[in-house]
Amino acid sequence: MSAAIAAPHIDWTALGPISILTGGAILTLFFGLIGSSGFRRVAVPLSALTTLVGALVWLISEWSKASAGGLTIISDALRIDPLTIVLGSICLIGAIFAVLISLRSDSALGGGEFHSLMLFSVMGMLVLIASDDLVTLFLGMELLSIPLYVLSGSALKKERSLEAGLKYLIVGSVGSATLLYGLALLYGATGSTDFVAINKAILSGSTINDSLFVGGMALAIVGVSFKASASPFHQWTPDVYEGAPTGVTTFMATATKAAALGIMIRLLAGPLLPAVDDWSPIIAVLAVLSIAVGNFGALGQDSLKRMLAWSSVAQVGYLLAAVVVAKELGIRAVVFYLAVYAVMTLAAFAVVAENSRDWDEGERLDGFAGLGRRRPWLAGSMSVAMLALAGLPPTAGFIGKLTVIGAVVDGGHAWLAFAVVIGSLISLAYYLRVIAVMWFKDAPEGAEAAPTRRAPELVAIALVAAALTIAIGVMPSWPLDQAAKVTQKSLQSNTNR
Amino acid sequence: MEVTLLLLLPVATALVGAILGRKLVAAVSLLGALGTLGLAIGVALNWKSSLGGNQFKVDDMWISQLGIHWALTIDGLNLALVVLAAFVYASVVLALALRQPEEPRLFFFHLGLGATSVIGALLAQDLILFVLFFDLMLVPFYFLVGQWGTGDKAKATLKMVIYTLAGSLLMLAAAVATGVYAANVSGNHIDYLFSNLAHVHLAKGTQQWLFLCFAAAFLVKMPAVPLHGWLKDAYKAMPLPVLALFSGVLSKVAAYGLLKAALPLFPDAAASFQTLMLIIGLVSIIYGSALAFTTNDARLVVGYSSIAQLGFIVIGIFSLTTAGAQGALLQMVNHGIVTVLLVFIVGLLANRAKGSEDLGSMGGMAMGAPILAVVFLIAAFANLAMPASANFVGEFLILKGVFDSTAVIAVLACLGVAMAAVYMLRMYIRAMHGPDENGVEQREITFKEALPLLPATALVLALALSPQPLLKRTEGPATAAVAQAALAKGQSPDGKATTAKVVVKP
Repeated sequence: MSAAIAAPHIDWTALGPISILTGGAILTLFFGLIGSSGFRRVAVPLSALTTLVGALVWLISEWSKASAGGLTIISDALRIDPLTIVLGSICLIGAIFAVLISLRSDSALGGGEFHSLMLFSVMGMLVLIASDDLVTLFLGMELLSIPLYVLSGSALKKERSLEAGLKYLIVGSVGSATLLYGLALLYGATGSTDFVAINKAILSGSTINDSLFVGGMALAIVGVSFKASASPFHQWTPDVYEGAPTGVTTFMATATKAAALGIMIRLLAGPLLPAVDDWSPIIAVLAVLSIAVGNFGALGQDSLKRMLAWSSVAQVGYLLAAVVVAKELGIRAVVFYLAVYAVMTLAAFAVVAENSRDWDEGERLDGFAGLGRRRPWLAGSMSVAMLALAGLPPTAGFIGKLTVIGAVVDGGHAWLAFAVVIGSLISLAYYLRVIAVMWFKDAPEGAEAAPTRRAPELVAIALVAAALTIAIGVMPSWPLDQAAKVTQKSLQSNTNR
Repeated sequence: MEVTLLLLLPVATALVGAILGRKLVAAVSLLGALGTLGLAIGVALNWKSSLGGNQFKVDDMWISQLGIHWALTIDGLNLALVVLAAFVYASVVLALALRQPEEPRLFFFHLGLGATSVIGALLAQDLILFVLFFDLMLVPFYFLVGQWGTGDKAKATLKMVIYTLAGSLLMLAAAVATGVYAANVSGNHIDYLFSNLAHVHLAKGTQQWLFLCFAAAFLVKMPAVPLHGWLKDAYKAMPLPVLALFSGVLSKVAAYGLLKAALPLFPDAAASFQTLMLIIGLVSIIYGSALAFTTNDARLVVGYSSIAQLGFIVIGIFSLTTAGAQGALLQMVNHGIVTVLLVFIVGLLANRAKGSEDLGSMGGMAMGAPILAVVFLIAAFANLAMPASANFVGEFLILKGVFDSTAVIAVLACLGVAMAAVYMLRMYIRAMHGPDENGVEQREITFKEALPLLPATALVLALALSPQPLLKRTEGPATAAVAQAALAKGQSPDGKATTAKVVVKP
């Protein structure tokens, strides 16, 4: 009997994006230590951006292999299929724009740690959505979370930022612990950590009504819900979104959201699919609660970032409503909605970042008064983002709602469609309030003191994202076709195993 | 191809104008509006009753994954309304070009977008496309009221948006559900074409909740009592030219939606809710008229009279007879034109009464402005459905239709005809006759003021002389729109009770 453990075969090519991110993160950290501050200012973001773009290109280049049945790497620990690639791309693109938005942010100017942490976090996201095993799932979740705790608190001069970091750490740890407990119970009930084996164990029949199994599944869902900020596990969201630097908030709103929802559908529509009758009521309750709590919470918020935080809770509700439909239509709706949600949130946060540069008032609703007159293009982008988030035509948000409602009704949950619709109705009150303040109100006295130094990259991001929101709203065929293809291929490759 | 051009011309020209600059935007928009109108008239003249909706047809797949078509056509049902929309848009742009608003570039863009969405909703032959344009209508008007409105516009816009979108979003959910259920019943791939959906027979219970969602959207938009709560503030806050487009056309799209979507897609539900809808229409007539002759606000007289007139249109449609539906269609056109005229006249009256729109601050204006008085009188007579006016024909057909199906409603609705005379003549007399106690400006209508009014006045007279071309074109489509629902009710579209079994199409 040999004591040696046989190391698993590792397909380094397939692992490329993750390796690049790790290497880039370490390299970025080094760049932050050498040279003059002028050099660091250029080299650090540049190195981070290069890493992210490199990882993105590599990830997309795996498409043909992934769509031909999926790639399983490190003895079933990770799995790259079309769904992984799309969700991973959303995370990477979200990170790229978060770096761009933070270019002039104080917190990003120090050494390389801000960017390095962000790269590590993205790496965690890739591990998470590629995970094919409960252990990698937890590993990915922690890898993405721990850098985020630090990033939330990275605006060292702002008390709120430090508070946000601490709050996120505490609440996030509770979430992680819950998740771990749930995963442990799942392992106990099914006897395996591997997704395929878990699936087989459930299909064999005996586990479905096992309280160990149901409890584990519920705890795992709760753990992921913390990260996705689904109600009632959303309490950290408004404080953290508000306190964190806007670049980090953007990152959380786009990338973290995609990763958390991504693992939700991977897990539920993957190994746990046979137990759909057990988990769909849980998700339905979470969806309705999130829609209600998020929309009511957002009413009357005077801080734009807080408002967007509450609204993100509501948006998760719409996404979860589609998750309830574990069929192709539901997953397609989730993928499409996640992508368009990322685009429209990006537009909103770019505007917030630009309006609040060197001017704390700019994060507040009052700081937006008269923006339509002062800076019509910026206000226009924000208006498009708000209309899209509210789900009005001719924006991508409308098509997103349409796909969600279609999926939900088709899945036989017409009542959930009404929850979505009524939630959208409530949401109009606060989304349109932003538009009203920008266009229908005159600028307050102090607004002239607003900084005149402009950041063209922020305006450009806002404009491009807003234009994309309209473009997808008018010509949604291509992205929807892709979403459908991805869903189909991923489901196929799942069932073929 | 023509219909897509017709649809996009208003917003495209307004956008080009906005890019060219503030000096040119009015001219370019006007050009676009006149082009739209020319195109609409051209299409209407070349339209042949015998071919129905198969002319000027566009049907391309738009979003294949969701089964949504880019399907537009001109049929007998929307023909007159499309011309009306183009006409009103042209009149409004003309009025605005003569008197530029602040920040004209955004103003004209929003107005163009509004016109495009209205025309889109009228032309759409795909249920989701219809809902999309119907919802889109609200967005530009939200901006137009909020940014250029007067008075308490924050409250007005919020009320308007919440009311209308409550209905519209319910309709969105119901529209998606209609397509999904229809696909489940028929076993075909999902699509939302009206022509296909109308062939699928949904269970009555399903039809009922879908119908209620649709009806909610339409009744709010019209508005009908008791869903009219947003009207007062919104009307008060709207700039007058915007109000002309809003009141003249948008409410008609809602009434059109009843004929186009609610009746043919959910015939069993329409039959079972017939009484409810008739009562809502009747209450709108009586209550709207009562409000109109108790308010002193000239603008609200027009607004409340709209509620009453739309009430007539609702009972016409829900008489489930050809005559009623035809009368309703004719009345939509009539009321659209007359409202535009009245709204412009309210503006002229206010100009002469130191900017006040209160009837109490007017009086004796006919002395100094006989021509204005004549135009006003024509509009007033048309609105109160004086015999010989096209409105008379419309109301007569409606009442005939209702009488054939539910006589008691028709008898009560006749009260509304009398009440219309009271509030219109009261408004006319208070403004134009009597002693000039308030020191109004005695000034005849200038050419510049008259220009936007002339086409509408001419059209009122033309329709009065000859409503037949319109009636001829609407007979077939009106019958088709009500036929299924009438059968479900056990009556034939000519109002007679029928013993024929309800034909359920597979």
